[in-house]
Amino acid sequence: MSDAPTVQTAASSAAEARAADAAHTGPMLAADGTPLKKSLNRALRLQKVRALALIGPLLIFVLVTFIAPIADMLFRSVENEIVSNTLPRTTDMLAEWDAKGTEFPQEPIFEALYDDMFFAKEAKLHTRLGSRLNYELTGVSSLFRKTGRKVDDMGEVYQDQFEDLDDFWKTGENWNSLMASDGWLVAMDGWKKSDGKQPPFELREGIAEMLPATTETYVRFADFIQNQDEDNLYKKDPWAIVYSSLHADLTGQNSVASYTGPAAAELKAAAAAAPAFETVNFSEAFRDIDKDWHALDVWQTIKVYSPKYTSGYFLNAVDMQKSVDGPELRPENERIYGILFWRTIVMSVVITGSCILLGYPVAWILANLPVRQANLLLILVLLPFWTSLLVRTSAWKVMLQQEGVINDTLVWLGLVATDDRLALINNQTGTIIAMTHILLPFMILPLYSVMQTIQPSYLRAAKSLGATNWTAFWRVYFPQSIPGIGAGSILVFILAIGYYITPAIVGGTSGTFISNRIAYHISSSLNWGLGAALGAILLAAVLLLYYAYDKIVGIDNVKLG
Amino acid sequence: MNLTKTLMTSTALTVAASMSFAESHMANEMTIVSWGGAYSNSQQKAYHDPYMEKTGVKIINDESSNEAVAKLRAMNEAGNVTWDVVDVVAADALRLCDEGLAMEIDPDEMLADGDDGSKASDDFGDLLVGDCFIPQIVYSTTVGYRTDLVGDKAPTDICALFDLEAYPGKRSLEKRPINNMEWALLCDGVAKDEVYDVLETAEGQQQALDKLATIKDNVVWWSAGADTPQLLADGEVIMGSTYNGRLFSLIEEQNQPVAMLWDAQVFDLDGWIIPTGLTDERKARALDYIMFATDTKRLADQAKYIAYGPARKSSAPLVDKHAELGIDMAPHMPTDPENAKNTFLYNYEFWADYRDDIDAKFQAWLVQ
Repeated sequence: MSDAPTVQTAASSAAEARAADAAHTGPMLAADGTPLKKSLNRALRLQKVRALALIGPLLIFVLVTFIAPIADMLFRSVENEIVSNTLPRTTDMLAEWDAKGTEFPQEPIFEALYDDMFFAKEAKLHTRLGSRLNYELTGVSSLFRKTGRKVDDMGEVYQDQFEDLDDFWKTGENWNSLMASDGWLVAMDGWKKSDGKQPPFELREGIAEMLPATTETYVRFADFIQNQDEDNLYKKDPWAIVYSSLHADLTGQNSVASYTGPAAAELKAAAAAAPAFETVNFSEAFRDIDKDWHALDVWQTIKVYSPKYTSGYFLNAVDMQKSVDGPELRPENERIYGILFWRTIVMSVVITGSCILLGYPVAWILANLPVRQANLLLILVLLPFWTSLLVRTSAWKVMLQQEGVINDTLVWLGLVATDDRLALINNQTGTIIAMTHILLPFMILPLYSVMQTIQPSYLRAAKSLGATNWTAFWRVYFPQSIPGIGAGSILVFILAIGYYITPAIVGGTSGTFISNRIAYHISSSLNWGLGAALGAILLAAVLLLYYAYDKIVGIDNVKLG
Repeated sequence: MNLTKTLMTSTALTVAASMSFAESHMANEMTIVSWGGAYSNSQQKAYHDPYMEKTGVKIINDESSNEAVAKLRAMNEAGNVTWDVVDVVAADALRLCDEGLAMEIDPDEMLADGDDGSKASDDFGDLLVGDCFIPQIVYSTTVGYRTDLVGDKAPTDICALFDLEAYPGKRSLEKRPINNMEWALLCDGVAKDEVYDVLETAEGQQQALDKLATIKDNVVWWSAGADTPQLLADGEVIMGSTYNGRLFSLIEEQNQPVAMLWDAQVFDLDGWIIPTGLTDERKARALDYIMFATDTKRLADQAKYIAYGPARKSSAPLVDKHAELGIDMAPHMPTDPENAKNTFLYNYEFWADYRDDIDAKFQAWLVQ
């Protein structure tokens, strides 16, 4: 560098020069006079762009079909919007409620619950929330289902009284004449179903100030009818909940005395009669549906799971649970995931170990045979690859079961008594045997390709220098084959840790893996959040082990060929 | 001139074609999801073939019922539901209904009246579980045993499962709490009508697990319906639970030395749901198919091919002989009075609530 020709630059490029290479007195220049660094960068950038364009299609493919779905799935392990989306008012009001106390919530919260449940039921979301919360507290599923069936009747007390007072309140047309703007009424008058989308509902001016609760409920009702049901709002009679809101408004602070708009007479008559109406105590009404609404644990569960994001799934995945007092360990008879994680890792290590023991000699023979014979033997190694996983696993079932081939042979040889046959399947032994067989090619192939590159002359040299067979192997050959062992071990271990079909078929109860529980939660219990949390932990464990491997052995020492 | 003419004709043709399509209001192709194997075969012969012949619709079979719940949820989230009619067990139908993934059904409006003139809601009666489920068959989970291994004292009672002295050897049970917990309590002295009251409590659940623990070392746990028949045929187990149709084919079609222990069989239902989110044409086609495939005659026809009882009361008298074996099917139905002396009906409400909780305890008990 120092003996390269340097030229003092003009003032204009001095700033660039300092920025580019502060250590030197001045930048090198390319033939066209631009700083060398810059033109080099330009050339490199072009190369990089070309490289990126080449791998671009694959990168996009992997992102779209692999990374994005996995990220989306893992995100579910913390996502918990369903509670606050389905019960927005209730969860808002529960923020004030003392979950650690002994009092269950007061009437205003039950009113909010009525509101939320009514709309949730119309949108058929309440049962979905019920199944979600049932993962945390048994019985919520049927509580929500039952409540959804009866929530309609709760507000009917008000509806009946308004309708008995005046037939005016019965029909949607009359309600719209009160609530809707004149412009919207005219527009709706001319609207036919064949015209397509309805003109969106518009409120009459001033109505929101006079009847705030009714307005809010009516707007939600109108939005639901127009956008979800796609019914003709103009003709739709309002839901019971609109009447209970109207009752709340007419018995509240605001006066309708000065109102002169449409239906003023009917509204004033209703306002006069409303204070004498029979009222509903929502707290009691909910208790009448199910006494569980007056149970503390239901409310505690709703409150604990109110936030949009929860650590609950992860806590469940490590045998803990979320409670009002913070995370706590589950009762002993419900702890399962710790055992399964530990078992999965231990058994995967054992399987990797037995693959090394069985695979190493085979790979050695393959590497030392003439090519023609080696290729023939290689086909035998690859044969299992071309057979369906299910077929191979089921074949092991035939071999290993108590009345199976191995036991029959042992009994025939007189090695085992017929009433004392070996238990080789439906336990850990079965899983280890079957998975070792299935994963063996993943060990043999990298070992074989590494061993092929080891020069036989090294061994001969060692022996000619006086080493015994063992020393020559152990001190010369084996160290050179370690990259193959490393590659095979990583492949086998990572494949083993996520296996679930084979353990499910031959593992019985003591030989199943964590992935069997993940599969159960994804496809059967539909608790995707918990499944995602378990998957995330498994992924983290694999990455951690990979990192440890890199630190101890060094990932550069891994060779696939 | 010529071009204009061609254009006009083709436009007219297109309009005519689209009009005739609009007139029919129904899709010409539908995907039906079921379990595969002998069961799908019975549906093909009893429902699909006659329906295709009658309407000319093309039916595509998909054998994904096993994971229907998860797949439907995924399809729904992706906004692309490709299934038109799905065969699921009642418990899954309830789950799908709760999740808003299955369409609600009005039986009297959407299903055919019975041949005896009864309304669909009466004809199906109690079997209309939940709001979305259209029952098709009654099947049962019951126990089969090896006649040659039990000696001269053939078991007659479900508690033979727990009697290791009289019936030594392995038994196979399903790797889930449902049915096993009920049987355990029943054999631990709990009266039949109190089983679910006891099972609601933590002590009751422990009692059931303790009873199961007495045979835990002698149980092979199965997860696929084909496991027990295979284990029985190989003599791996002396007795085991499975679906009655599987045992029927083991006994009658494969002539294995196996007999049924109908005692305390648990009735369960299998039937159809229609997914939500279908276009109007596809929905109309699905409803039309359902109306056809669940009428009295079609349900009775299915029993010619498989030993599951039709869900309609009006179909029972029409159950005929097996289409190939020529044997009378009525005595092989789980609903036959001789077999149904002591039965359970799967308690859907209970298990919808308690499944997650008890399953967690059951699986923890299994691995410990």
